[in-house]
Amino acid sequence: MSLTSPSTFSASAEVLPAHDQVVQSRAPVVSIDQVSVFYGDQCAIQRASLTVQPGQLMALVGPSGCGKTSLLHSINRLTDSVAGCRVTGETRVGELAVNAPATSLRELRTRIGMVFQQPNPFPLSVADNIRFPLKEHGLRNKQALNQRVEQNLRAVGLWDEVKDRLQQSALSLSGGQQQRLCLARALAMEPEVLLLDEPCSALDPVATETIEQLIRSLKGHYTVLMVTHNLAQARRIADAVTVCWVDEGCGCVVETGSREAIFVNSSNPVTRAYCSGEKG
Amino acid sequence: MNLTQRDWLFTVTGGLLVCLVLLPLVAMLFDLLRLGLPVLGWEFLLTAPSNAGRSGGIAPLLISTGWILLVCLSVAVPVGLGCAVFLNEWLLPESRLSRGIGLSLDVLSGVPSIIFGLFGYQVFAITLGLGFSILSGGLALACMVLPFIVRTSQQSLAAVPAGYRQAAQALSLSQTGMLWRVVLPTASPGIAAGVVLATGRALGETAVLIFTAGYVLRQPDSVLDSGRALAVHIYDLATNVTGGTSHGAATALVLLALILIATTSVRSGAGLWSRYMLEEKR
Ligand SMILES: Nc1ncnc2c1ncn2[C@@H]1O[C@H](COP(=O)(O)OP(=O)(O)OP(=O)(O)O)[C@@H](O)[C@H]1O
Ligand SMILES: [Mg+2]
Repeated sequence: MSLTSPSTFSASAEVLPAHDQVVQSRAPVVSIDQVSVFYGDQCAIQRASLTVQPGQLMALVGPSGCGKTSLLHSINRLTDSVAGCRVTGETRVGELAVNAPATSLRELRTRIGMVFQQPNPFPLSVADNIRFPLKEHGLRNKQALNQRVEQNLRAVGLWDEVKDRLQQSALSLSGGQQQRLCLARALAMEPEVLLLDEPCSALDPVATETIEQLIRSLKGHYTVLMVTHNLAQARRIADAVTVCWVDEGCGCVVETGSREAIFVNSSNPVTRAYCSGEKG
Repeated sequence: MNLTQRDWLFTVTGGLLVCLVLLPLVAMLFDLLRLGLPVLGWEFLLTAPSNAGRSGGIAPLLISTGWILLVCLSVAVPVGLGCAVFLNEWLLPESRLSRGIGLSLDVLSGVPSIIFGLFGYQVFAITLGLGFSILSGGLALACMVLPFIVRTSQQSLAAVPAGYRQAAQALSLSQTGMLWRVVLPTASPGIAAGVVLATGRALGETAVLIFTAGYVLRQPDSVLDSGRALAVHIYDLATNVTGGTSHGAATALVLLALILIATTSVRSGAGLWSRYMLEEKR
């Protein structure tokens, strides 16, 4: 019988630390070593290795279907709940070994915030989108909750736009506003690492610009791994870049390094072709 | 034939087909009204039947029907919903156990109702010693509509956007919290639609009830007493009682009205609950 263990979801009364404790030193290093993700027999990405330094922003680029989302989902183990999905290799978030049997999913996921390719706010009010997860994690004080709502909506530049409609459904917001709300929801949990899966893919250029500014402001406070199809964006905001590719029906990492190493000094033919727009 | 002509042809054909579907419904309703309307009135609703139903009203039958439905739904809805939640939220969707249970539910929902009648008689009336009673009838009916409620609830749960669940997992939310606050309220209109269909089937069922709840005409004292449901009454008047046609038609009209009331109240109840759960919590 294959049951997803309910015990890993059980609520505890831990109270999250205050926001001002998020300083550069909390951001851990994220290292991925020889990680492969398989769906049944099909492999999505094979032997991927990369390291994101504390507080840095790593852009993950590559053609569609090369396993970027799969790799990202293996970091906070969302792959656990996909039937038939298998992950091998070693991933570390700070001192935490992600795939070790003793690792608590709850601890892992409270340390990692995630924003998905499609905006996915809960069908609750704008304020409840932030309050509901905090309440689930044991924060009960109304004043503290409301303070967190304001603080995180301000952090994503949404406060002035929605402060008069906090009680309205989050589904009534525009796509860009929804995506920023999702980021605010993730930030409210006070993570150390952020995984952003093409956060701008569903957005127009103006909203993209807003989110890009926002992500830039997160650097230093969080270790960020961001998937993007937009090379110009990667060039503008990334500290480091990883190029993925599809090789014999399976994704792989071609090259990983600092922004200059990839965009300017790369000698790898695939990287050069991809970054100059000839391939991919 | 150009495009507008084709569109026009489509519209006309479609309209005719709709009329064809509505025709038997309208004809039936017309017939029932013609036969039953002269009998219908407050007195019909508030008095007991006499002369095997040829005269008098249906008051005790309304009470029996209400009790049977109450027993049926208060067992079938929580059990069915719980089963659907377990299948959909706790079992991996493609696992062998989940598929096996799904298959048996499909087979079960295709079983003729008379089988549920005989089963209910054997298990509830005889083995559990409940006899011919409202309780036996309601429980047997619950068995009949259960697969139905599980399947429709399961479909509505599966239709809840996957993004909500992914977000919840990434935020490490408890599965029960997510279920109450987001998943059930989002799925409740679909679940309500399933409950509505089940209610209709339960109210219209005769074969199951004849063997379990019985068909005495008097008002039941308790759920352990025997009682006749409206559908059984219609069946009896149509087959065993000569001269019972107009009272049968009037009973059918009441039954239709009852189904309509039950349908709208279940739907709007689910809508209200969903809105209450999703709206701002202070
Ligand atoms: N749940 C799944 N079950 C089976 N195969 C999957 C699943 N998710 C992804 N795959 C397969 O894994 C491969 C990589 O998919 P993935 O979504 O990781 O790519 P991606 O790089 O994120 O693509 P995109 O840029 O289009 O988002 C694809 O071939 C896809 O078909
Ligand atoms: Mg992707």
